[in-house]
Amino acid sequence: MTQKVKVAITVNGTLYEREVEPRLLLSDFIRHDLGLKGTHVGCEHGLCGSCTVLIDGLSSRSCTLFAVMVDGSDIKTVESLGTMEKMHPIQEAFQEKHALQCGFCTPGFLMTTVEFLEGNPNPTAEEAREAIDGNFCRCTGYENIVEAVQLAAKKMAAD
Amino acid sequence: MKPAPFDYYAPTSVEEALDKLTELGYSGKVLAGGQSLIPAMNFRMARPTALVDLNKVKELSYIKPTADGGLAIGTMTRDSVVEEDIMVNERYPILVKTIKHIAHKQIRNRGTFGGAIAHADPAAQLPAAALLLDANFKILSKAGERWVKATDFFIGPFMTVLEPEEMLAEVVLPPMPANTGASYQQVSRQKGGYAQAAVISTVTMDGSGKVKEARVALFSVGESALLASKPNQVLAGQVPTAEAIEEVAAYVAKNECDPGTDIHGTEEYRRNLVHVLVRRALTDAVQQAKK
Repeated sequence: MTQKVKVAITVNGTLYEREVEPRLLLSDFIRHDLGLKGTHVGCEHGLCGSCTVLIDGLSSRSCTLFAVMVDGSDIKTVESLGTMEKMHPIQEAFQEKHALQCGFCTPGFLMTTVEFLEGNPNPTAEEAREAIDGNFCRCTGYENIVEAVQLAAKKMAAD
Repeated sequence: MKPAPFDYYAPTSVEEALDKLTELGYSGKVLAGGQSLIPAMNFRMARPTALVDLNKVKELSYIKPTADGGLAIGTMTRDSVVEEDIMVNERYPILVKTIKHIAHKQIRNRGTFGGAIAHADPAAQLPAAALLLDANFKILSKAGERWVKATDFFIGPFMTVLEPEEMLAEVVLPPMPANTGASYQQVSRQKGGYAQAAVISTVTMDGSGKVKEARVALFSVGESALLASKPNQVLAGQVPTAEAIEEVAAYVAKNECDPGTDIHGTEEYRRNLVHVLVRRALTDAVQQAKK
């Protein structure tokens, strides 16, 4: 008999009550059980940062957590940011600065940037570079991402 | 890349957790932050039969001052909480510096202080920091509590003196002596990555220009985190000249570490790194102590 555990997890403002296997990764809970496919799974062992989400406001890898461990938590994924019609300032900045090419890693960068700019609304380029050191991008070479993080900070300050 | 099935228990108190660990014996394993264990389970390098998840045991998450000026840190306190804590920043700036080298923000937000110590990865920062700071560990089981010094705790790669029915509950750091400087030195391929070699040191000066105590902890260069004994033997009671520090660094690199060879570096290269990093760490710590 496979063990199932009841969880109640809020994702992007909606409370989801589900029964899940203990071994279900949070990333798979978000993608497969909830159908929110904005969270991308790259390395699946905590190195690449693509699956970064916010758990109670703190950036975390969703591939190195079991869904059962975050029972009762409030989670934000990239879907919480903006829409195609009305993008979040961080998304606008990434678009304007060409901070993505294939876009696979982008959801992780965006969520990392959300947390970072809350704590540091006016970062230097060096601080921005350090903030994204847990996210891999194999296309851009990072320069445009650093610029985008700084531009996002300016946009958010102007709002 | 998916973990094998396991039985899952989520106690909400220490008492309940200890009951479960006793019942499970060798088939039970504690799940703390999961930032090392879950990747290993994703690869199926680790296949625990049962996990006892401590994430709902809120009483294990705290930072409290001790009467003697030290700190007691609950095992489930997240690394980023320790990193940002005002008392930790005031009393142990070297610990903050060390934690900033643990992987990345996203990992430190979930990884726990006690979890990393109990996991005993020979390439991890916190076991070495515990040795350096002469930490004392409170270990709980249903039978009661016992205290083990960091120097007696680590016995090999991913191996400690913890019995299956026990948990590491609290880490107590003794106060940092006055006139102490500290330094963190590592060489790694990228920030947040595993170090090829790393050294943390503290030097306490006696006020007359001589060393009172010199401590050097190493990691990524042996079967577990290591505390070198030569630095204090040579430097205590002496003026820390460049020659004396060089003698210590050369000795530690040759005799007090046991690095292996892998694709990122040979044993010879790593011994050379230890030599250089011990020299830098002690030189820097002496400078800091004089400030």
